[in-house]
Amino acid sequence: MSTITDPVQGGFRISMLLYDTRYRSMTIQVIALIGFLMAIGWLFGNAAQNLAALGKPLNFSFLGDTAGYDINQRLIEYNSQMSHGRAAVVGLLNTLLVAVLGCITATVIGVLIGIMRLSKNWIISKIMTVYIETFRNVPVLLWIIMTMAIFIEVFPKPSDFRGADAVASMKLFESVAVTNRGIFIPSPVFGSGSMAVIAVFILSIVGIFVFGRWAHKRQDETGQILPTFWIKLGIFFVPSIIAFYLMGQPISLEYPELKGFNFKGGFHMRNSLIALWFALSLYTAAFIAETVRSGIQAVSKGQTEAAAALGLRPGRITSLVVLPQALRVIIPPMISQYMNLTKNSSLAIAVGYMDITGTLGGVTLNQTGREMESLMILMAIYLTISLTISTVMNVYNERVKLRER
Amino acid sequence: MTDVSYVRTEMLEEKAPPVSQAGIIKWLRDNMFSNIPNSILSIVALWAIYYVLSDVLPWAFQSSWNANSLNECRSAIAAVYGEGASGACWSVIHDRFLQLIFGFYPSELYWRPVVAFLLMFVAIAPVLFDGLPKKMLRFTMIYPFLAFWLLWGGSLWFPLMIIAGFALGYLAFGVVSKMTSSLVGMIAAVLVPILWWLFLSGDVATMLQSIIPLSIESVASDKFGGFMLSITIGVIGISLSLPIGIVLALGRQSDLMIVKVICVGFIEFIRGVPLITLLFVASTLLNYFMPPGTNFDLILRVIIMVTLFASAYMAEVIRGGLAALPKGQYEGADSLGLDFWQSTRLVIMPQALKISIPNIVSSFIGLFKDTTLVSIIGLLDPIGLSTNIRANMEWNGVIWELYGFIALVFWLFCFSMSRYSMYLERKLQTGH
Repeated sequence: MSTITDPVQGGFRISMLLYDTRYRSMTIQVIALIGFLMAIGWLFGNAAQNLAALGKPLNFSFLGDTAGYDINQRLIEYNSQMSHGRAAVVGLLNTLLVAVLGCITATVIGVLIGIMRLSKNWIISKIMTVYIETFRNVPVLLWIIMTMAIFIEVFPKPSDFRGADAVASMKLFESVAVTNRGIFIPSPVFGSGSMAVIAVFILSIVGIFVFGRWAHKRQDETGQILPTFWIKLGIFFVPSIIAFYLMGQPISLEYPELKGFNFKGGFHMRNSLIALWFALSLYTAAFIAETVRSGIQAVSKGQTEAAAALGLRPGRITSLVVLPQALRVIIPPMISQYMNLTKNSSLAIAVGYMDITGTLGGVTLNQTGREMESLMILMAIYLTISLTISTVMNVYNERVKLRER
Repeated sequence: MTDVSYVRTEMLEEKAPPVSQAGIIKWLRDNMFSNIPNSILSIVALWAIYYVLSDVLPWAFQSSWNANSLNECRSAIAAVYGEGASGACWSVIHDRFLQLIFGFYPSELYWRPVVAFLLMFVAIAPVLFDGLPKKMLRFTMIYPFLAFWLLWGGSLWFPLMIIAGFALGYLAFGVVSKMTSSLVGMIAAVLVPILWWLFLSGDVATMLQSIIPLSIESVASDKFGGFMLSITIGVIGISLSLPIGIVLALGRQSDLMIVKVICVGFIEFIRGVPLITLLFVASTLLNYFMPPGTNFDLILRVIIMVTLFASAYMAEVIRGGLAALPKGQYEGADSLGLDFWQSTRLVIMPQALKISIPNIVSSFIGLFKDTTLVSIIGLLDPIGLSTNIRANMEWNGVIWELYGFIALVFWLFCFSMSRYSMYLERKLQTGH
């Protein structure tokens, strides 16, 4: 008869930290942590010592000082007497502006090109392949600089618009002026009563959603399908137009006009903004197109055939069967392309567009000499944007994940 | 009785298919004019191609190749093709070709970067092609030091001492892990080379240099420029990022909480900020993090930051490779009784790296394109040089020729690499 003897209850020996698997991982982690902290401590110790020697210990009060430089493209009120902090906010808004504009146009162009690349039309699909390969394989910085060069060197000067035999003329029914100082487009002027029109417009958009839900519910219950697209289009336009005329056309357009050496009136889109926006959109669109193409190809042919066997029409097959499945594949890489676009917008500095990198990381940094603080804030801001986008992506992924049994 | 047969005995002659069902017409019908919208699209596309080419081709070919300034070039074009003809001044490329390739590298030493570039292909060949003898990998290991020596010049003893550091680390690992355990050996293998490089290697190299002088003319970093600079930064960045990326990827996969948090934090931080901010750190901040009085040159700082940047992306690429390995491989290695490092070294990594090669190539393409950003902090990469050239009196006003040339070179590099990675992907695909 054998008895199970308890393991020898020896005391804890120091070598067990290394040889005993129960403790070893702890040992490794503690060593790693100590090494890491030592490295960080060494780096920051050096930094503190160096900065103290230069007489500029870490201090963020420079953000309150007068900036003293102008930013010509701005979304909120700003002048050179305001603080560096305010300039940074203007820059941040500019970054977000170009990022949002870029994401929208890049998506539109990218989806179109991605779909056209799959076209059965040989020449169209070849042209799209050429587009994608051209844009993907040349650095985005080069695209930005080239677009800027087009704006400056190719487009006419404002003075070319002058006189009876002007070299250049305004486009789109004399409403848009494309010059080498930027594009001037008409800006809306809101008169009295325009709030009512805007309110009607917002209400009609809400109405579209409500109607969509109702139509969906009705279809679930009765099986009848309404021509939702046309009705929604009607709701979108008709009430606002009626309100517009009822209120006596309160919203009008102010057209840009040539006065003196430059155009006045209307909305001035600086060519730095447009160059950056165009270049980023076209560049990112090439990547999005590839994403879209691979997403559509990832839906297996059996799905399309099964849907056809159920008797769905081609349009319905695309919208009800192919797209929902393709989107699951497309959206995550698409969002990482949005993230890339946002990060690439920091190249604004190459064309003089004052985004956050241009204000905080450019002029403010050079004027105040506060490299450490400026770059810390700059990185923190970009990190926040990136982390926000990736959080959104994770939430979306969680929602559309295949529910497997 | 007559022989009546209703069965045809001789075959009819084969006829050509209808014109609309064969050859180019059928192809055109199927692929370009299958229905009305398609036909309209095709015609619009053809018109667009004609429109672009009819502008670009005459411009590109009504060109001048031998002129010393933009004015000279324009008048040469006007003289040949008539007044008012606009043509490309390719002479700017002809004039500044060597500068665009080598920057301000001394012209009598051009052979060194060229040799380093050609040897690079020898070094990566055994990684990419299976048929080659495995002994060539030894050259691959030596190559980075050789390339460093060829590009920057100076005493051969310095790179040799750095190699000696690795050899010492390997020795220390062998000796110490026999005496105690492999973990202590690992720590020794890290500590010994670091101590060697920090305190001894410089003096030893200087001493050896004074005994046996083995050096070639050294070239300062600020002479580097043009495509040579882009390739140098790109290649060094990607090859140094590979080992760091592997460590980070393993750390991210690891069960050890603290290690994992450190690795995830690093990767997400680097991937969350644009490269340009890291380059700003390189140009303004990096010296602050070093002991007071240290000052090393801008290109080296840029390479450090680019390496950190690339290693975060590399870590994600390799993590993808690790995740793509079937679980059976991990379990198989475990069941053979291999410990973590053995299974990683012998079973997991060889396969994971092989799967990741196409993505490594793509991230190299990305990094190579991103090297143009160094022009923003004042290095003379092709874009930086083009700004220089355009600011020059002779070539003030030249746009398309210069940018077009730079874009074309980048395109050739990136496109061929991306095709190659697609080919690899197909070759490595072992599924159906």
